[in-house]
Amino acid sequence: MQEMTASSRLVEVRELTYAYPGNTPVLQSISFEVKKAEMLGIIGPNGAGKSTLCKSLNGLVPHFYGGSIAGSVTVADMETMRHSVAELSLKVGLVFQDPTNQFSGVSTRVDEEVAFGMSMMGYSRDEMQPRIEGALRVVGLEGLEERSPYELSGGQQQRLAIATVLAVRPEIIVMDEPTAQLDPVGKTEVLQTMRELNRQGYTIIVAEHEIEALATFADRIIVLDNGQVIEQGDTRDVLTKVKKLKELGVDPPSVTELSYILSDELAISREKFPIALEEATGLFSQILRAGTK
Amino acid sequence: MTLIEAEDVWFSYDHEVMALQGISISIGKGETIALIGQNGGGKTTLAKHFNGLLKPTRGRVLVKGVETKDLPANKLAFTVGYVFQNPAHQIFSSRVRDEVSFGPRNAGLSPQEVEKTTSEAIEKVGLKGCEDVHPYDLDYGKQKLLTIASIMSMNPEVYCLDEPTTGQDHRGRRMVAELIRKLNSSGATVIVITHDMRFVAEVAKRVVLIANGRILADMATKEIFERLDLLKSAQIKPPQITLLACALSSYNVPRNTITIQEMAEAVRILLGSR
Repeated sequence: MQEMTASSRLVEVRELTYAYPGNTPVLQSISFEVKKAEMLGIIGPNGAGKSTLCKSLNGLVPHFYGGSIAGSVTVADMETMRHSVAELSLKVGLVFQDPTNQFSGVSTRVDEEVAFGMSMMGYSRDEMQPRIEGALRVVGLEGLEERSPYELSGGQQQRLAIATVLAVRPEIIVMDEPTAQLDPVGKTEVLQTMRELNRQGYTIIVAEHEIEALATFADRIIVLDNGQVIEQGDTRDVLTKVKKLKELGVDPPSVTELSYILSDELAISREKFPIALEEATGLFSQILRAGTK
Repeated sequence: MTLIEAEDVWFSYDHEVMALQGISISIGKGETIALIGQNGGGKTTLAKHFNGLLKPTRGRVLVKGVETKDLPANKLAFTVGYVFQNPAHQIFSSRVRDEVSFGPRNAGLSPQEVEKTTSEAIEKVGLKGCEDVHPYDLDYGKQKLLTIASIMSMNPEVYCLDEPTTGQDHRGRRMVAELIRKLNSSGATVIVITHDMRFVAEVAKRVVLIANGRILADMATKEIFERLDLLKSAQIKPPQITLLACALSSYNVPRNTITIQEMAEAVRILLGSR
């Protein structure tokens, strides 16, 4: 992997080991880096430590949960151990799996909900208004300002949760399985929002089971199992390690698995494995055109 | 043999909006059926009619020839088992074993029989060793497996599973798929409500697409996934493999290819290596 310059490195996790109070470690010697404007996907089975890792990036682990920690997590030049969750939340926004966990519970309108987090941080009304508008526009909820957060669809609620985080203008957005509880329409909405945020230059770290979607827009992927990083690298490099992923109980994109199954008979090398539909269409058109003449 | 028959079923929760609008469907022994469609379309409402949790506002539902309105739901539960989408709506015991043995205990089985059917069900869903764990100490995926086990211990003829793969990782999803295949091969009918089309392709032979309280399509799984326009109109994305097959149909790849294995086989045949 290329050596990163200090300025481009926005997240740096070094030898992170962590245990909740009274428990054995759920994260063990985790190291990775994320560059500015990169999108990093975190995949792995349930219980692998994905949520805990997400919570370590904004300091909830260990400041809120306690427990024992070793190693370091540095986000936007702040070592999480040396800064409070409040300070860190200006730089790192965390989006939870269940959007209703994110809501304040006191706002009766979408725009108030977005304002809530900021007002807790002491922003004035004048400062807040453009941020509210901007955040709602990015997630595509403009026009719904007066709705109750609880009248929104699942996908809209999750996009609102993202907007509440965006309004603070963090440098890094961390999402913990943001689509896991959504129906297909909601999933698509949130995945598109993620893609749009990344296009706008946000740095995004997302734990996600939707591999076929990740394949099309994550720059890099780390694979967690039992609290350890099993693989990390470019999305293509990680997702084409089909055998290893299947052993871990992670399904690669269907087209990648198909290519792996046929790789010996058709002499498809791993570098040629498609990870997205369009690539697979190209590869198999070529193979079938040549083979059926 | 027909097990469940719905005849022109209409249903309203509030006497205003009709959640089901004239549904007719016949479900036979040993079928594996996926109910698909967007949320709010009526999938769960329909499935709850199959075990009498809901009774039609108009029309009728027959289970093994008897109208559900003439049968108490607790009696029907032994014929048609229903696993709720949210495990918290189903789980009420403080130990896994008690949760799974509740049904058979109520059915008046002997303690030995209760023990046997409970242990078997726990083992089949892969929760062996968790017998004394509090259900809420299990992760969400395992809670869902537990709720399936607590129905399996009653050995019903029909299983209705409401979104069994939500919250599961890939391993959990495979486990549920395997479980459905096992239940089916032992003769059970399985009706599964799901949004996961890859899962549908793997487990269901027949698909019923529901939207706005009506059946939009009722056909073989292999048939429905190549109907890209129909699926698009219902905002459903077919499995990636079917999209690939359709994109390659000019090379004679059958458009109704739905699983990875089928696709590999189709390519082999076309290349003459089979």
